[in-house]
Amino acid sequence: MKEMGMSADHHHHHHDHHHDNRYSDMQARVRALETVLTEKGLIDPAAIDVIVETYETKVGPRNGAHVVAKAWSDPQFAEWLKEDATAAIASLGYAGRQGEHMRAVFNTPETHNLVVCTLCSCYPWAVLGLPPVWYKAPPYRSRAVIDPRGVLAEFGLTLPDDKKIRVWDSTAELRYLVIPERPDGTENMSEEELAKLVSRDAMIGTAIAGVPA
Amino acid sequence: MSACKIPSPLARSPGLPKSPEGDPTFPEPWAAEAFAMTVHLHERGVFTWSEWAEALSTEVHKPGRAEDGSDYFNCWVTALSGLLVDKGIADADAILSLQKSWQRAAEATPHGRPIELENDPLR
Repeated sequence: MKEMGMSADHHHHHHDHHHDNRYSDMQARVRALETVLTEKGLIDPAAIDVIVETYETKVGPRNGAHVVAKAWSDPQFAEWLKEDATAAIASLGYAGRQGEHMRAVFNTPETHNLVVCTLCSCYPWAVLGLPPVWYKAPPYRSRAVIDPRGVLAEFGLTLPDDKKIRVWDSTAELRYLVIPERPDGTENMSEEELAKLVSRDAMIGTAIAGVPA
Repeated sequence: MSACKIPSPLARSPGLPKSPEGDPTFPEPWAAEAFAMTVHLHERGVFTWSEWAEALSTEVHKPGRAEDGSDYFNCWVTALSGLLVDKGIADADAILSLQKSWQRAAEATPHGRPIELENDPLR
C-alpha cells in the first residue's frame, strides 16, 4: 500500500517537474533582443516595466467607457467626437501611443457598427487597453467581414434583420471606437454610472451597452 | 441559461490567454516585454507604426500559423527581430547566438539565483 502510494506520488511529481531555469526559444529571443537594445542604449528596462504595467492595469476599457459616457451626456462633446475623434479623445487625456487617428462610429436605431482588423490586430489601445484574445485570432479577423451577423450571433447578439451592420477595418493609421446607443431608462444617470454600462465589447461592436440594474 | 450565453469557440479562442474575467492577458511575461519593447522603440522613432504593422502582418499571415492565434506573440517576437535586422540595428546571427547564450545561461544558473548572461559557460 505504502509503496503504491509512493509510486503514484513519484509519478505525479515526475510528471509536474520542470527544470526551473530553462528558457524557451521565444523567451530567450526576447532576452537576446533586450540585451542588444540595452547595449545600444535604445531601451531602458525600467521604462519597459512601466509600459507593461500601464497596459495591464491602468489603461483599459475604462478609458473608452469614459469617452462613451461623456458623449451620451454632453451633446457638444458627442458632436466633437463625430467631427474629430482624435482631438476629442485626446482632450480627456487618452492620446494614442502610436500617433494613430481615431474615428468614433455611432450606433443608431438603423445601423450597428462592428470593428475588426483583417490585416493584423490594430486596436485602439489608448482607449481600450489590450485587445481581447478573440480579436487577434484568425477566425474573427476573417469572418467579421464575410458574415458579421453570424459572428454577432455567436457573441450572443442577435440584431433585427432590418438593422444594417457596418464593418470597419482598422489600419495602423486609423482606429475605430464604437459609440453604442444609450440604453433606455438612463436619463438620470451620472457620467460615472453610465460608464459602468459600457463594456469593452460594446465599444468593439460585439455587444451593446448594458441595461441599468 | 439561454443558448446565447454559451460561449462560442470564436469568442473563446482557446489557444489565446485571458484572465478569469475574460480580459486579455499576456500568456507569459516575455510576451508583455516584447510588446512593451515594441511600443518603446516606436516612441523613440526607431520605426513607424505602419512599418511595424506590416512586419507583424507578414508574420501572422505566414502559412502554418496556429488557427486559434495561440502563436500570436511568437509572430510578434519574430516580426520585431526581423524589423530590427532590416533597420540595421541588430544582426540576425548575433541575435541567434545571444538567444542560445541566454538558454545556456539559464540552464547553468542554480535554482533560485537570478539568470544572468554571464552565467553562460561558453561565454
